Amino acid sequence: MLEFDDIQHILLTRAPALTGRYEFLSFRSATGGRKWLAAIEQTVQSTAAMRATVEKENRWVSVAFTWNGLRALGVDDASLATFPEEFKQGMVARAEMLGDTGENHPDHWVTGLASPDLHAIVILFARDNAERDRCKIEHGRLLAQCEGVEVLSGLDLNATPPFDHAHDHFGYRDRLSQPAIEGAGEDPTPGSGAPLKAGEFILGYPDEDGPPANLPQPEILSRNGSYLAYRHLQEHVVAFREFLREHGETPEEQELIAAKLMGRWRSGAPLVLAPDKDDPELGADPQRNNNFNYKEMDPFGYAVPLGSHMRRMNPRDTAANMNRRRMIRRGATYGPHLPEGAADDGIERGIAAFIVCASLIRQFEFAQNVWVNDRNFHELGNERDPIIGNHDGTLEFKIPKRPIRKTIKGLPAFTKVRGGAYFFLPGLKALHYLAGLTQV
Amino acid sequence: MSDAAKQSWAQPAAMAIPKGGFNKDSVEQGRYGPIFPKSPACYGFSILAKIIPGREEVFYEYARNIESAVAGQPDVLAVLKLHYLRWVLFPIKGDTYFMYQGIFDTDFDKYTEDAVGIFAASGLNTVFENLEGFPKDWKSNAPAFIQFVREHHCPSFLEYAEYPYVSADEIKKALKLKAAFSHMLDQMQ
Repeated sequence: MLEFDDIQHILLTRAPALTGRYEFLSFRSATGGRKWLAAIEQTVQSTAAMRATVEKENRWVSVAFTWNGLRALGVDDASLATFPEEFKQGMVARAEMLGDTGENHPDHWVTGLASPDLHAIVILFARDNAERDRCKIEHGRLLAQCEGVEVLSGLDLNATPPFDHAHDHFGYRDRLSQPAIEGAGEDPTPGSGAPLKAGEFILGYPDEDGPPANLPQPEILSRNGSYLAYRHLQEHVVAFREFLREHGETPEEQELIAAKLMGRWRSGAPLVLAPDKDDPELGADPQRNNNFNYKEMDPFGYAVPLGSHMRRMNPRDTAANMNRRRMIRRGATYGPHLPEGAADDGIERGIAAFIVCASLIRQFEFAQNVWVNDRNFHELGNERDPIIGNHDGTLEFKIPKRPIRKTIKGLPAFTKVRGGAYFFLPGLKALHYLAGLTQV
Repeated sequence: MSDAAKQSWAQPAAMAIPKGGFNKDSVEQGRYGPIFPKSPACYGFSILAKIIPGREEVFYEYARNIESAVAGQPDVLAVLKLHYLRWVLFPIKGDTYFMYQGIFDTDFDKYTEDAVGIFAASGLNTVFENLEGFPKDWKSNAPAFIQFVREHHCPSFLEYAEYPYVSADEIKKALKLKAAFSHMLDQMQ
């Protein structure tokens, strides 16, 4: 039985929010940090509380810490040593392996994200802008009372229009393929596979390999916790639209190119089920839009190219050990919508998302290192993920097609990493434990 | 020169490898540490370790098990992207040592957890559990397994290939094409 009253809501639920804000904090004093945590923990909803109050609630708060942040709060060395090596090192130290080089290098990240002084993130999802602004002011008041707690930077979030479905600035429908978790109360949609053991995402429960092992100590600190890999990705919307126009003569051809890069039409309809023409009804239907495989239905990638984003991020039945590689995605878009046909307005926009998993090295880092940035994934030779891979203009994208495949050379970068970090997302009891630490 | 002759596979190649298995100034970092570079003979490892005294017979029984496992399920090891595996036992000063040498198409760091899974599922682990120093909790502790492999890997100092950098998949594709052409020519008779 999952302890819904202890698990932070962000792990298992999705807030009906249209806006939000992330604030990145540094604790100059352990006492100040714990005072802040003692106050903010009162606002962090558990999964159970979130489910019970979602209709009347207007804001949802989550809190997570870097390894340096746990130390800054006063967690002792013996306990700190029990966390996994990749979490201790942090995302900046892992940059080369993650493909965060060149333009994506931490040297170019937004203020504070690459700093060892980054200690915590507070995640706010709000029903509307008014609530977001109210919470921002309220949090400012709290910070003013907590000496030594400093905001390194913040990021306002907002959904992009039209608001009837979640999508990114490129126009791709989002939230289509999320793993179901055993005991979490949600049935998987057709094609999503059987529910996975909770330990794949929540510490303290059996995972797909068996009982939990090697968890951070003491148990109260790790139980019902998880890890977040934060990725702040700028989307180059104008470059993306220009690319579609360059490689597609008609609007239909441009839509097909966009679909080939992703593996789905922007409506969400998967190319395996709708290879030639978009089918928005299929895209919007959760009972059908995930119900396909690759091994039998598209082995050569004639529908979904082998190197497309969707096929890399979830190779389904064409990869081994898939149940040990799944991840939960949470997050939101930021920046204003750029209307179709508009010139570049110079304003930054993109996605600021969290990959939620029980093992950063086995789940997030594997996906980033192998699925996203291995140039030879599926024997492709000279490709990376066309949407989120590290691109310097020298790579290509192959679209299998009879009789001869189409190869697009010199693929530009459509996204740029603007920040990232590894956070530990404690359970509610662990937040209380951290707030009550007495060591300095 | 014909197009075929210009291909990297057409020209035999050798690579001298620095001490330690990689050049420290230009090494690529993987999730579990530096990645041993691809040579003309692809990726590979040579794991050498002392066996627990008296366990020799387990290795021969294991060999028979693997033979039947692969016969029963030919793709049991497919995820490892192998060309060849060689298992060797040899004596040093009265002790028995084991060498496990593999040549494959992906660096070991990338698919290492998959390999651990395959080891558990296929019974490949049974010999490793008879090596001195192998972590007892390897099934739930992939980093400890990987550390053992890294500590017992003796990198090559020289590798050679008659057809450099060719993957097993490419070889199989070429053979399938050859077979398809033969079939086509038969149909033309």
